[in-house]
Amino acid sequence: METKAILLDGKDNVATCTSEAHPGDKVHCHGSATAEVEAAADIPIWHKIALRPIAKGDMVYKYGEVIGEALQDIPQGGWVSHENIRSVPRDYASEYLLGKEAQ
Amino acid sequence: MEFYGYRRKEGRPGIRNHVLILPACACGSESCRIVASQVRGAVNIVFNTGCSDVAANTEMSQKILTGFALNPNVYGVVIIGLGCETVPHAKLREKIQSQCSKPVVSFGIQEEGGTLKTIAKAVRAAREMAAEAGMQQKEKFPISELLLGIECGGSDATSGIASNPAVGNLSDRLVDLGASAMMSESIEWIGGEHVLARRAATPEIHDQIIKVCEDYEKHLLAAGQDCRAGQPTPGNKTGGLSTIDEKSLGCIRKGGTRPIVEVLEQAQRPTKQGAIVMDTAGYDISSVTSMAAAGCQAIIFTTGRGTPTGNAIVPVLKVTANEHTYSWMEDNMDVDLSGIIRGEVSIEESGAMLLEKIHELANGRLTKAEAYGFSDIAIDHVCRFV
Repeated sequence: METKAILLDGKDNVATCTSEAHPGDKVHCHGSATAEVEAAADIPIWHKIALRPIAKGDMVYKYGEVIGEALQDIPQGGWVSHENIRSVPRDYASEYLLGKEAQ
Repeated sequence: MEFYGYRRKEGRPGIRNHVLILPACACGSESCRIVASQVRGAVNIVFNTGCSDVAANTEMSQKILTGFALNPNVYGVVIIGLGCETVPHAKLREKIQSQCSKPVVSFGIQEEGGTLKTIAKAVRAAREMAAEAGMQQKEKFPISELLLGIECGGSDATSGIASNPAVGNLSDRLVDLGASAMMSESIEWIGGEHVLARRAATPEIHDQIIKVCEDYEKHLLAAGQDCRAGQPTPGNKTGGLSTIDEKSLGCIRKGGTRPIVEVLEQAQRPTKQGAIVMDTAGYDISSVTSMAAAGCQAIIFTTGRGTPTGNAIVPVLKVTANEHTYSWMEDNMDVDLSGIIRGEVSIEESGAMLLEKIHELANGRLTKAEAYGFSDIAIDHVCRFV
């Protein structure tokens, strides 16, 4: 079956499915860029599909930005969710360029 | 690109020409409602305080009231106070008059001898102002004179992947045309603040964005609220959002990608042209209130689940990419972006279409909330009443 997903940036390695996808489905990605990928898992609507293999520790990109890091290997066409990615820890102190006191 | 608006002696032109009936305190709100209902061309807001407030709350309320009066969409102002409000109606009037040459009058219910006498005087004053406003002819202005506020509320899974990116594209188009676009809701930048800060035009602006988020988080922590814990919510995760970064990025994408030239406090008027951000609550009505007070002439509002909200002086254009919401709540939705989800139009094409919609809005097309006369307002407060 053919299904669709939204791809928000050419740099992204995930797209958001706009209908359920099942193993073997051809997922046509559109939005800001285009791509094709074959689903390798059952992926619920509004959830993310991996466009390329994502290795444990790799960064996951959506909007052309890092949304998290992979906690395990995710195959191409796999389901990317809170179960297999996590936010990369940051703190405010490290984000200032000039320092908070400068403000 | 040009639009037909109303010239003001100070600042940007209006895209509407309202007579604003403005309460100086909650006790004046009902009289204002009645006055506005008597005069075509007049709009009122409901103000629920102005009394028994701590100084910080009073300061915020005054910024909103004066900001509404100074908004380019307002031709003139009729103020109704009680007489014992914290900031007397005459003082509010003088503050507005010191910053603009619009017609402004004010009345106090205690001085006039009750609401009926006050309403009679206020209706006559508003009627004369509306008659004069009707004589003002529209003039042509470049689109660079437009300051658009950008808001989201009642979001769903379609917001972050379709309507917000499309509005972000609109924001970029406006900035490229020399206009200004303002994104608010700083609480929702948290998790993606480092990405938003990278758009800063200077290192100082970069750090201001980080500081706004850090301070907001600490402010809520002092009240026992951890805004980061539990994010994304279990419902978000079920809906496909895996990290707070992803949730925040979907939100800030509506502000586009152009360099951020200014970081504003709530209800503060911008001094720069281009992409601007403002430190406001994520509460949509409060955020719209602050952006209207800052002088936005129009607001675009993305939603997934649907919302009816409108502002008395600034038209709020409701857009959704959820096809069910658009058809089910079509009487409250202005623009259907669901073609993005179906793959019929790109985000880029949708941004171009939204620019046309904003152009029509500036030229006078009413939004649905505006046609219904909706007048929501919420003023952010920091402390209990005294």
